[in-house]
Amino acid sequence: MTAKATIRAEGERLFAALVAAGAVPVETDLLQPAETLLDLYGEDIRARAYVTQDPVRGEMMLRPDFTVPVVQAHMAHGAEPARYAYMGEVFRKQDRGSGRASEYLQVGYEVFDRQAPEAADAEVFALFRNLLADLNLRPVTGDIGILMAAVRGLETTDRRKAALLRHIWRPQRFKALLDRFSGRAAMPAARARLLEKLELGTPARLIDEAGTFVGLRSPAEITERAEALVADAATPPIKATEAALLYDLLSLEAPAAAALTHLRGITPMLPAIEPAVDRFAARLNALAKRGVDVDQLAFEASHGRTALEYYDGFVFSFHAEGHPPVASGGRYDALTAVLGAGAFIPAVGGVIRPELVARLRGLA
Amino acid sequence: MIKIGVPSKGRLMQETFDWFGARGLAMRRAGADREYSGVIEGIDGVGLVLLSAGEIPRELAAGRIHLGVTGSDLVHEQLGSQAPEVVELARLGFGQADLIIAVPAVWIDVETVDDLDAAAAGFRAAHGHRLRIATKYHRLVRDFLQAQGVADYQLVDSLGATEGTVKNGTAEAIADITSSGETLRANHLRVLSDGLIHSSEAVLWQSRLAPLTPGDREALTRLAAALGVALA
Repeated sequence: MTAKATIRAEGERLFAALVAAGAVPVETDLLQPAETLLDLYGEDIRARAYVTQDPVRGEMMLRPDFTVPVVQAHMAHGAEPARYAYMGEVFRKQDRGSGRASEYLQVGYEVFDRQAPEAADAEVFALFRNLLADLNLRPVTGDIGILMAAVRGLETTDRRKAALLRHIWRPQRFKALLDRFSGRAAMPAARARLLEKLELGTPARLIDEAGTFVGLRSPAEITERAEALVADAATPPIKATEAALLYDLLSLEAPAAAALTHLRGITPMLPAIEPAVDRFAARLNALAKRGVDVDQLAFEASHGRTALEYYDGFVFSFHAEGHPPVASGGRYDALTAVLGAGAFIPAVGGVIRPELVARLRGLA
Repeated sequence: MIKIGVPSKGRLMQETFDWFGARGLAMRRAGADREYSGVIEGIDGVGLVLLSAGEIPRELAAGRIHLGVTGSDLVHEQLGSQAPEVVELARLGFGQADLIIAVPAVWIDVETVDDLDAAAAGFRAAHGHRLRIATKYHRLVRDFLQAQGVADYQLVDSLGATEGTVKNGTAEAIADITSSGETLRANHLRVLSDGLIHSSEAVLWQSRLAPLTPGDREALTRLAAALGVALA
């Protein structure tokens, strides 16, 4: 068999196992409307996805991932609860010299279920673990829900919290904002100059003095943000103790059971994370019931933050030395609301790369 | 035959001719003014190819020319900033222009890229679409904004008169090459204080992929000696 046929056979085997686990097979189009994906991932996706032009349908992308079309299909006409399996090619531009494939097979599993989300998290993780059990992979888990809860619970303005939440998937930007909001980084000179300027007159007057008004962004929007900047400058920094807890949380890496003990320990000082920590505990229980050793399972609070941005709860991946993740996935409740035009359903899922499975088995 | 690709018109062509001329190699266009063929004198085994500045990166990357003169902005935009196909042999000291981000001067709340990011969030919430930045330099601009963690913007293609897009309502901000601030001011735009994406300059590039016969290798060595540059 050629390498490609071997990989496909491995994919078929994994796909059959997911169907046997109760999933309904789904197909999605290879050509996806670019607009939806761009709105979701932002312009960054252009650097990763192949974009092409259709004279009638406009900009289209070669499917960079299955989650979005599977969620759309479910939100449009899915019954509840639902379990789906799929197999097909995805396309990603790779960095020069990375040696990574720009076109590869993915096999995936997605669960849409309102009941017991933690049990669904454990189901997906354990299913993947069992399918890949012979490969000695290193699993890593995380929980973006805890980070989000910690940010929402900060004693600061809603505006600052929104700014932090918006950049939770861009760790560098997030840290820069947190450094500034907590007074660890000095105000940039340009911002100080801007504030000085804003003190010289009302926004309306400054806009007037700045010259001819051009552009769609209205004077009201400009005024609103100018006033918010002045108000923010007068806002006290996030308390040092609270900020320290958040920095600590961001760098938390420990076996899952020990991480839970640690999180329980800091909950009295950061009470807003309690519901998220309860969910984490429930998930560990559900994982233990499925035979996962949570005393050993790696947990990293920041895991999954640099992935494509839609995971907002449990995240996981399975690693082999020297390879991209063999499998990865997570919970993306908010995405179903974004794509569901008002409808919402908790959802979790993941993908396996048959090419890497075959290679690790020495087949391809 | 060693082929040197040189911009086929305008100031960039003239300054390139001057640069080579100062090193004893006279370049000129051959035949009628509208024909894009050229002649280089003062050295054997070297030929001149006149090309649009925008075509030179591609020709270098394909190995169809051995050396080429064009702006670093065009090479970085088309081939990436770490392009392994080309090597920079010399910065030529002309053709300077900066690729910058500019916003309407009336955006009194936006001074930095950080402000632009925050404005983009508010703009998207208010208008239902991402903040549009008009540019011809998609890769350079996207890499710059991505490295800074800017979200909620979109790049819209502009083939000419980028500065006018804001006034015309087809973009909220621009990223463009500017050698002076006058056009920006005339269009009621202002550069962000940290909005310098790339400082461009005319550069002499060597293609790593152009095939060389033993005779070519010898001609290339003589050429490099005449120009005072070290080959890759």
